[in-house]
Amino acid sequence: MAIESDVLVIGGGLAGASAAIEAARGGASARLVTHKENTLRNASGLIDVLGYHGSDEPIVEPFEAIPDLPDHHPYRKVGVDAVRESLALFDEITEGLYEGGHTETNALSPTYGGRVKPTSRYPKSAAAGLASRAEDTLLVGFETVTTFDAPLSAERLDSSVPFEVRGVTIPFPGEFRADARITRLARALDADELLDRENRTGTREALAERVSEHLGDAKRIGFPAILGDEEHREVRETLEDELGVPVFEVPMGPPSLPGMRLEDRLYEALETEGVRVESGNPVVGYTADEGRITAVSVDRGRREIPYHADQFVLATGGLVGKGIDSTREGVFEPVFDCHVPQPEERYEWFHDEAFDDQPYARFGVAVDDDLRPLDPEGDPEFSNLRAAGAVLGGYDMAREKSASGVSLSTGQVAGRNANEDLQ
Amino acid sequence: MADPVDVLVVGGGSTGCGIARDLAMRGLSVTLVEQGNLTHGTTGRMHGLLHSGGRYAVSDQASARECIEENRVLRDIAGHCVETTGGLFVQLEDDPDEYFEQKLEGCRECDIPAEVLTAEEAREREPYLTREVKRAIAVPDGAVDPFRLCVANAADAVEHGARVETHAPVTDVLVEGGEVIGVEVEHESGPGKRVHTKPGTTEEIRADHVINATGAWAGRVGEMAGVDVEVRPSKGVMMIMNVRQVDTVVNRCRPKGDADIVVPHETTAILGTTDVEVEDPEDYPEERWEVDLMIETLSQLVPILSEARTIRSFWGVRPLYEPPGTGTTDPTDITRDFFLLDHEDRDSLPGMTSIVGGKFTTYRLMAEKISDHVCEKLGVSAACRTAEEPLPGSEDFSVLREYMDEFGLRSPIGRRSVQRLGSRADEVLKTAEPNPVVCDCEAVTRAEIRDAIEGAGSDLNAVRIRTRASMGNCQGGFCCHRMASELHPEYDEETVSAAWDELVQERWKGERHALWGEGLSQAALNYQLHGTTMSLDREPAVADFAAFDSGTETATDGGKSDGD
Ligand SMILES: Cc1cc2nc3c(=O)[nH]c(=O)nc-3n(C[C@H](O)[C@H](O)[C@H](O)COP(=O)(O)OP(=O)(O)OC[C@H]3O[C@@H](n4cnc5c(N)ncnc54)[C@H](O)[C@@H]3O)c2cc1C
Ligand SMILES: Cc1cc2nc3c(=O)[nH]c(=O)nc-3n(C[C@H](O)[C@H](O)[C@H](O)COP(=O)(O)OP(=O)(O)OC[C@H]3O[C@@H](n4cnc5c(N)ncnc54)[C@H](O)[C@@H]3O)c2cc1C
Repeated sequence: MAIESDVLVIGGGLAGASAAIEAARGGASARLVTHKENTLRNASGLIDVLGYHGSDEPIVEPFEAIPDLPDHHPYRKVGVDAVRESLALFDEITEGLYEGGHTETNALSPTYGGRVKPTSRYPKSAAAGLASRAEDTLLVGFETVTTFDAPLSAERLDSSVPFEVRGVTIPFPGEFRADARITRLARALDADELLDRENRTGTREALAERVSEHLGDAKRIGFPAILGDEEHREVRETLEDELGVPVFEVPMGPPSLPGMRLEDRLYEALETEGVRVESGNPVVGYTADEGRITAVSVDRGRREIPYHADQFVLATGGLVGKGIDSTREGVFEPVFDCHVPQPEERYEWFHDEAFDDQPYARFGVAVDDDLRPLDPEGDPEFSNLRAAGAVLGGYDMAREKSASGVSLSTGQVAGRNANEDLQ
Repeated sequence: MADPVDVLVVGGGSTGCGIARDLAMRGLSVTLVEQGNLTHGTTGRMHGLLHSGGRYAVSDQASARECIEENRVLRDIAGHCVETTGGLFVQLEDDPDEYFEQKLEGCRECDIPAEVLTAEEAREREPYLTREVKRAIAVPDGAVDPFRLCVANAADAVEHGARVETHAPVTDVLVEGGEVIGVEVEHESGPGKRVHTKPGTTEEIRADHVINATGAWAGRVGEMAGVDVEVRPSKGVMMIMNVRQVDTVVNRCRPKGDADIVVPHETTAILGTTDVEVEDPEDYPEERWEVDLMIETLSQLVPILSEARTIRSFWGVRPLYEPPGTGTTDPTDITRDFFLLDHEDRDSLPGMTSIVGGKFTTYRLMAEKISDHVCEKLGVSAACRTAEEPLPGSEDFSVLREYMDEFGLRSPIGRRSVQRLGSRADEVLKTAEPNPVVCDCEAVTRAEIRDAIEGAGSDLNAVRIRTRASMGNCQGGFCCHRMASELHPEYDEETVSAAWDELVQERWKGERHALWGEGLSQAALNYQLHGTTMSLDREPAVADFAAFDSGTETATDGGKSDGD
């Protein structure tokens, strides 16, 4: 039987999920096909909208700054209102899991590198730790979790924030191998594993006990983001009850538990909206007729199966997950071979300082105001293909701190426009 | 001012460190000064080939003979730095028969064991060789870790009483009464081991004899003393692949040419190289054509290289020397032999000798020759012992296997640590504290990092070369900050941050040259990790913290109102 839907979304990260949810809410039959894990498990779990433009002074009001961005920036394609609406959708989907929706002002979050960064939505588990909340802080790290050094992060933060930050390193309670994964430690907290049969102390209580002697005058305590996986709320609650002050997680790199929690929430929402989700197989090609895509082919191991749809959304991510790929000869978009603007000379793809304004960071497809990818002449590649998220070019999400905001807003607009265009 | 020493060695590459060890073992008082960290120069930027001599068997037989002799010595005294991979000279269908015969003949003349293999036999040893192979010559080439070997020499020199000072460039050679009497060094700031003096100060070090072992920089140090040393620096590129496509050294068997060798190194394979004369050993163009040429030419020999993932490229500068008046135009024709320049004989300037040219493989022999020379001048009769005395880490290799089980690490990690550390494994890995992995790609544990910090101070690039941490596939994306953390709190936040930034920048320097396919994808991920998640890309200039969102009350009510 032929596979048919109104809107077919390719890629299941923030952008693809937003597009599919929006299309489904508009009444379309929506299907989402995604290959590998999306970048959320690499990401910190923070939702950045716009943190910097030009200077090193972080932006307080991101919506006021958006109109100053250059014309080709994805935010300028969708407009400020669309960005607002997409955050409202995000808030609705992540209710209880995320904070920050009460204001349009950016917050400052501590990073595990010991810097602060402007962001718009933060996991509830990170809320008590905002650096824009002036309260003395204790950071706690674990001997074997080499990726978060609490004393160093604390010293770096302390030199830049208007409150005191101290850090200590303690052994994680229980018997673990020196190279136990972060997820293993999170599970021990989830299950509140017993340390010792006799006095029946659980991991959470033992942890609180170890921390309490370091508390001092601190008004809050931060841990690396490993405080439980499924049961993170209960884990935090127990620790707070035992310690008597708010407890928070410092957002971390991969594997990111806050990122995975968000991913779970998004996939629940997709299910609620009736989107058919299929993961594990890549889209490898397409057929088109008179400038319209008629179907894409999905590689199911032995066979390539055509998936038909009326409208298509390309949300395959950027260079990290190869939604944009390259060879020594050039940069390309692998599914539809949409045009990717780039300097012809490979040695002009980069600058010599790691954190310079890197040309490669802006690689991606160029789009019109309807988010349709454009060919080298500036005409839409296909009339029924839209692109969203990191596959878009013309912005540097790391430098601007705009990654998730762009994905959410362009995703939602692509889904909505696809829906409106249904024939 | 410190007491005068017998010998002051300038240059912390393989040559200088080899000399310092040799002289210190003979009982002389020695100070070595190096402008960067150890291996800062060409030694840290070479191909990793322990020459059998095969490459020089036709064109430069004197060098070839030295190579095979030293090759045997190093297997003995530096077992933990050498991998006895063996090497092949591979003739393809269109390569000249005549040269193949000359190569074979040359190897035999130089006493280099050489065995002819049929195409089938060659492909059996190296399955990824092209089907175009006609035949091959097997020789005892090896792979050598220049960092470990150089550092082991320095460590042993210190063990024998030498002073080794890094981040201490010589800014002047002191001449008094027509004689070199010492040098002036500047102790630089920046991360690194500076045990003896404060950064920002200068020091005069007096010595009975000064040895200029600055390789490609030898001309500059010569100039400071007012003598001409005609080094002709020549650059070459090397490209690191993500896996070992070959397990033996694979050479193309044809007359000289660029891009004709692949050397397996640890978990990687390294392609090389080019040979282009440059003006300045510190500032020369790193060019795209060189990178592209490696892949295009060497994939004729090993076709999967054209599809393989490149992780970075780097360049080194050969310290080639030719006696005045030789006038060779093509740098590939300049001899690979070394020269000892006695400035007393040559320039009527007593008190200083320069050593130039040569190869890494022959560093020990070079050190022996110049040490003999200097000892004779100073009236010291002690004999050289470096050909017999194993280097630290290579004393007793038989116990390796036991170590592997003993440390209870995941076995590949334990194995790799022990391979790197050799007989020092016990001393380094036996810690009371847990010993987690800091660098996943190269399986480097905390104990190794801390041991390296003890030797290298706060210079993370020096820690890197001692341990291989951050040198694998991720190029530091996941571990630069972890390495930096190990410096703290021994070093203060400012020093740690500077060292961290320096490491990140150094990693990027090589990654730039592998910026396509997987390499670009990895670079983008690293940029996201460093820029987006950690916000390392800039120091935020926050005017008013209170202007930002400080959360709501419910957000910090103890999490009690969390939905889920
Ligand atoms: C290390 C890191 C840290 C980050 N930190 C933050 C942060 O602190 N704050 C913030 O706001 N954002 C952060 N982000 C950004 C954010 O998580 C997303 O990466 C970004 O918003 C892009 O999302 P996306 O949906 O466009 O793409 P992705 O999340 O990359 O999703 C693309 C999906 O498409 C799939 N796909 C690709 N090709 C095909 C194909 N041919 N067929 C089918 N499926 C395909 C992929 O497998 C993937 O699942 C971070 C990202 C990274 C990598
Ligand atoms: C591309 C390439 C590939 C190579 N591959 C191989 C190979 O596979 N096998 C092999 O055997 N050989 C190889 N070589 C050759 C080998 O690397 C060198 O011959 C050897 O490393 C030179 O060591 P050195 O100690 O003489 O010089 P260097 O390592 O350059 O040491 C000189 C040191 O002096 C320091 N210095 C300079 N000026 C001052 C100053 N004013 N004050 C203080 N210090 C100063 C420098 O910082 C430097 O560290 C290769 C060379 C190149 C360029």
